[in-house]
Amino acid sequence: MAQIDSASNIEQPLTTADGVPLKVSLQRTLRRQKIVALSLVAPLFLFILFSFLFPIGDMLLRSIDNTIVPSELPQTTKLLQNWNEQSGELPNEAVYAALAADIKKGAKSKTINRTGKRLNYEYSGFSSLFRKSARRVQRLKADKVESYRKELIKIDKKWGNIKFWQVLKRESGIRTASYYLAAFDAETNEKGEAVFKPENERIYVNLFGRTLLLSFFITLMTVLLGYPIAFLLASLPTRISNLLMILVLLPFWTSLLVRTSSWIALLQKEGIINDFLVALNIIDSSNRLSLIHNSTGTVIAMTHILLPFMVLPLFSVMKTIPPDFMRAARSLGATPFTAFRRIYMPNTIPGIGAGGILVFILAIGYYITPALVGGTDGTFISNFIAYHISTSLNWGLAAALGALLLLLVLALYLLYDKIVGIDNMKLG
Amino acid sequence: MSKLLKQVLVIMVSLSWMSGIALAETTLVVVSWGGAYTASQQKAYHEPYMKANPDIKIVNDDSAAEGAAKLRAQSEAGNVTWDLVDVVAADAISLCDEGIVEEIDADKDLAAAPDGTPASKDFGNLIVTPCFIPQIVYSTTFGYRKDKVKTPPTSIADVFDLNKIPGKRSLEKKPIGNLEWALLADGVPVEKVYETLSTPEGIDRAFKKLDTIKSQVVWWTKGAQPPQLLADGEVVIASAYNGRLFNAIEVEKQPIGMMWDWQVFDLDGWVVPKGTKNKAAVMKYLKWATDTQRLADQAKFISYGPARASSAPKVGKHAELGIDMKPHMPTAPANSKHTLLFNYEWWADNRDDMDERFQAWLAN
Repeated sequence: MAQIDSASNIEQPLTTADGVPLKVSLQRTLRRQKIVALSLVAPLFLFILFSFLFPIGDMLLRSIDNTIVPSELPQTTKLLQNWNEQSGELPNEAVYAALAADIKKGAKSKTINRTGKRLNYEYSGFSSLFRKSARRVQRLKADKVESYRKELIKIDKKWGNIKFWQVLKRESGIRTASYYLAAFDAETNEKGEAVFKPENERIYVNLFGRTLLLSFFITLMTVLLGYPIAFLLASLPTRISNLLMILVLLPFWTSLLVRTSSWIALLQKEGIINDFLVALNIIDSSNRLSLIHNSTGTVIAMTHILLPFMVLPLFSVMKTIPPDFMRAARSLGATPFTAFRRIYMPNTIPGIGAGGILVFILAIGYYITPALVGGTDGTFISNFIAYHISTSLNWGLAAALGALLLLLVLALYLLYDKIVGIDNMKLG
Repeated sequence: MSKLLKQVLVIMVSLSWMSGIALAETTLVVVSWGGAYTASQQKAYHEPYMKANPDIKIVNDDSAAEGAAKLRAQSEAGNVTWDLVDVVAADAISLCDEGIVEEIDADKDLAAAPDGTPASKDFGNLIVTPCFIPQIVYSTTFGYRKDKVKTPPTSIADVFDLNKIPGKRSLEKKPIGNLEWALLADGVPVEKVYETLSTPEGIDRAFKKLDTIKSQVVWWTKGAQPPQLLADGEVVIASAYNGRLFNAIEVEKQPIGMMWDWQVFDLDGWVVPKGTKNKAAVMKYLKWATDTQRLADQAKFISYGPARASSAPKVGKHAELGIDMKPHMPTAPANSKHTLLFNYEWWADNRDDMDERFQAWLAN
C-alpha cells in the first residue's frame, strides 16, 4: 500500500509537511528573502536617490531653466514672438503696452526685480532697468498714456535700445541655452549666432584645461612618490610596515584645513623652506622662491593631501604579489631592473589604475586647497562653481559648469575603461 | 501606593508646567560673520536684550559669508530657519530684488533718534535698499609695514607706484573697489569715476592702471588674510578692513601704519528673511538693537563706525583696551578727507560683467 501511495504521489505536486505545494512554499521563501534583501538595501538606495540622484537631476534642470522670464512677463514674451528681431526696428506699441502691464503686475507682487536680475546675466543694465521701470510704471495713469513706447523710453532710454529687446526675445522661452554658452565662454551676437567672447573675457575653457592638466600632474606626482612608499611598505615585515603605515595614515586623519595651512607656513616667502634656503646661501634673500599662491602651491599641497589615496591601493595590490615571482625571474637570468619591469611592475598596474582614478577624480573636483594656496593661476573650475553658488548667486551658470564637469569626468572614465579596462582596477 | 501615585502626578504636572515655560521662550537665530564681529554684537546687542527680555533667546549662527546663498536656498525650500541676517549692502540689494527679504518701513519699524529725528533721516542715504537696516560703516583702506617702506605712502597713487613703494602689495580679489582706486590713482576726479567706468575706454583705462602693478600683487579673498600677509612680511602694503587693521596694530602690536586716502566705505546691516517664524519678535528686537545708543555701543568693541548720524558723538572708549575709539573710526574727520561710497546701482548692473572681465584679466 505504502508503495502504491508513494508512486501516485509522484504524479501529484510535491507538498511540504503541512500540505502546501512545495513550489508555492519555495516561492514564498524566496520572496521573503528578496524582501529582506531589498529592505536591507532600501536605506542606502533611498539615501542615494535623495542625496545624490535628485540633486544632480535638479542641477541639470537648473542649468537650462528660464521659467522666470515667461512667467513674470507673460504678455510681453507672447507678443514678442511676432516681432522680427533682425528687422532693426523696435517692437510695436502693443508690445510696449504689454510690457508696462507686466511690469506693473510684477511690481505689485514685488517679484519683477528677479526678472531684471536674471536678464542682467545676459546683458548688463537689465537690473537697474527693471528696478527703475518698476518704480515709475506704477505711477503711470492708464487713461493719460498716449503711447507706452514713449513713456517707457522716457523712463529709461534703454527701452529704446534694440539690443535689450533682442536679448528679451531670445530669453523668452522656458528653457535657455545661455548658461551653457557662458560656460563655453561664448555668447549670442546680434545676428543670433553663438560666437566666442573676446579674448580678454574668456575664462572657463582655459580653466577646464588647467584643472585637467594640474589634476593629471598631481596624479603623476602621487604615482612617482607613492610607488616607492607602497613598495617599501609591502616588502617590509608586517610589524614594521604597520608602524610605517601609521605615518601614511596620520595626515589622512588630520583636518584638511590644518594640512593646507601648514603648507602655507612652510612654503610662503618668509616661510620655513625659504628661510632655510637663504640660511644655506642657496638663494639670495631678495630672490626668495614663490612656492605658494600659484599653481606650484596647488600641486605641492594637493599631492601631499591625496597621496594616501594612491599609497593604499598600491600597497594592497603589492601585498598580493608573491615574492617568488621576482625570485623566479632572477633565477631565469633577468637583471633586477628587467625583473622589475617585466614581472613586478605589470602586476601592480591594477593598483596604479585604482589609485590613479581615485586621485584624479578627487583632484578634479577639489576646491578648498586650491582656494587657499592657488593664488590666481592655481585655482580650479570648482572654485568658480563655488563662487557662482555662494557669491554671484548665478546658480544657472554654476549648474551648467557643474554639469560639464560631471560630463568630463564620465568621459574620462569611459576613456579609462577603453584604454586600461575598468575590470583591471583593484582596490585591495 | 496612592501617596506614590500622588507624587508621580505632582512631578508630571510640574514638569509639563516647566516645559510650558520653555515653550514660551522664543529663540531668534541671528546670522552674522563670527569672530570679533559677532562678539561685538553679542556684547552690544544680544546680551543686554536677553537680560531685559528673559523670554527671548538669541542664538548666533556664523554663516554670513554664505548668507545670501543659504538664505536663497532656505527660501526656495520653503523652510526659513533664520530670523535675522547680517549682510553687506550689495547682497542686501540683490536679496531685496529677489524678494527673499522683507521690506522695512524705516520710520515705522525703527526707533527715532533721541532728538526726534526720524530713522530714515538719521540713517540718511545709507539705506541703500528698502530691505536694509544699516548697522555699521566699515571701510576698506590700506595698511603698510612701517619698517619695510622707505617713505610712508600718503595717497592712493603711491599704492600704484612701484618706484616709491617697491615690493609686493595685496588687494582683494574682486573688481569692486580696485577699479575705482585704479582710476582715482590715474587722476580721474571722484565724481567722474562711475561715469568713466560706464564707457569701454574707461574700463580699459582702469585695467591698464592695474596692469602696472599686476606682477606685484598678492590677491586676498578673506578679511583675515591681509593683516596676516603684512605681519608675515609677505607684502609691504595691503588693502584691508579697517577693523582688522585696528586689531593688528592695537591688539597684536604689529609694526603697521594706516593709510586712509580714498578709503572705500561699505555698509553692513540687517535683513529680515521673508517667512521667518518669529517676525513680531524680530521686529521688536530690531527696533531696539538699531537705536542710537546700541549702534554707538557696538563701536566700543570693534572699530567700525555706527551707521546713524546721531550715534557718532556717543562713541566712547574701547571696552577692553581703554583707547578712545573716535580717532579710529573711518568716519573720523582726520581719516575721512578722501572717501568713496560705492555706487551700488552701477555695481548691481555691472557686477557680473566686471567679475568676468576681472577673472579673465587675472588669468591672462
